[in-house]
Amino acid sequence: MVELTIDGVRTTVPRGTTVLEAARSMGIVIPTLCYDPGLTPYGACRLCIVEVVKGKRSSLEASCTLPAFDGQVIVTNSERVKKARKIIIELLLSTCPTSKKLQDLASNFGVNEVRFKIKDKGCILCGLCVRYCKEQMQSGGIGFVGRGTSRRVGTAFGDTPDECRNCGGCEWICPVCERACTADSLMNGLCGGCQNYAPVETCTVCIGCSESVGARGHKVY
Amino acid sequence: MGAVRIAKSDHDQIEYVIGSNGHSADALISILQDIQAELHYLPEEALRHVAKRLNLPLIQVYGVATFFKAFSLKPKGRHQCTVCMGTACHVRGAGRVLEELERKLNIKAGNTTDDMEYSLDTVNCVGACALGPMVIIDGEYLGIMNAAKVKNVLKAHGAKAARSGQRKG
Repeated sequence: MVELTIDGVRTTVPRGTTVLEAARSMGIVIPTLCYDPGLTPYGACRLCIVEVVKGKRSSLEASCTLPAFDGQVIVTNSERVKKARKIIIELLLSTCPTSKKLQDLASNFGVNEVRFKIKDKGCILCGLCVRYCKEQMQSGGIGFVGRGTSRRVGTAFGDTPDECRNCGGCEWICPVCERACTADSLMNGLCGGCQNYAPVETCTVCIGCSESVGARGHKVY
Repeated sequence: MGAVRIAKSDHDQIEYVIGSNGHSADALISILQDIQAELHYLPEEALRHVAKRLNLPLIQVYGVATFFKAFSLKPKGRHQCTVCMGTACHVRGAGRVLEELERKLNIKAGNTTDDMEYSLDTVNCVGACALGPMVIIDGEYLGIMNAAKVKNVLKAHGAKAARSGQRKG
């Protein structure tokens, strides 16, 4: 067991627990997009950053991949964390401006405009679908292709892979895109599971985000 | 470009490469490097074969093959010509050298000549900035290049390649 302090409250958690899990077990809300309890933590979305206090200094670290250890002092909601999270949300929004989940997050955190250039890629490269396919479905049909700015989630040579069982899990688990699949036919889909392909309406009932994402030349739902 | 069938001899070669790396999934990069060195590119069928033999999902092999710049999924020429476009080389006129090479080989950077002899690529720094502009042909580093030297360099290299080809044959 290790004892650590989160937001001034001392807690004891089993060794090997991550700071995110420890905080959540105490009821502290930390937003995440790329975290799923059943899958390996990946630390891609950076939304779960917390401030780790080390003496007079502190650093921002992703809590989903940060193991808890004895004497750790964590602050989950300081001004610095809030400011960093806002910028992260803005950055995520600039790659996925139409995502309802991101717009709701922006609304919650008071992000009113995106200062970055909007490039709608429909994917934040969080790797949830890749991990789901590999770890949960034991399949490994999809994965990351390329590197740097051209990195994307896809299948090998653009074909539906033999490993794919059309479970549709990749679309189901995608945190930002109501539908990660961009294909309009079954054969060349992300996973091949697009039998029920239909355009998805987003944000028709949501009130919060009508005033969330600002007016710099992109769609406001 | 559809699925390219690889020759039977290449198939045996790939099998040999996998064997010499111990049929191990840990040796994936090493296997791909050997295939790249042998065939000058990674054919689709070779990747499928490697994935099957190593018992890996194809996407993992494909992901590695597309991640590293050292691997190419497009066929490459017999001779690799690389122009350094790093800052130091750039200010010393690498752009003009590249233009001249493009004109002489009649291809754009990143492509291969129709006769599959030369591939022309750019690279961001080769770590020999004092000798810039750098051009590398088949691993031979040629420093202090300029557009005027390009013609002679290609000529000399072509003659040398032909000579070594004769010796081998």
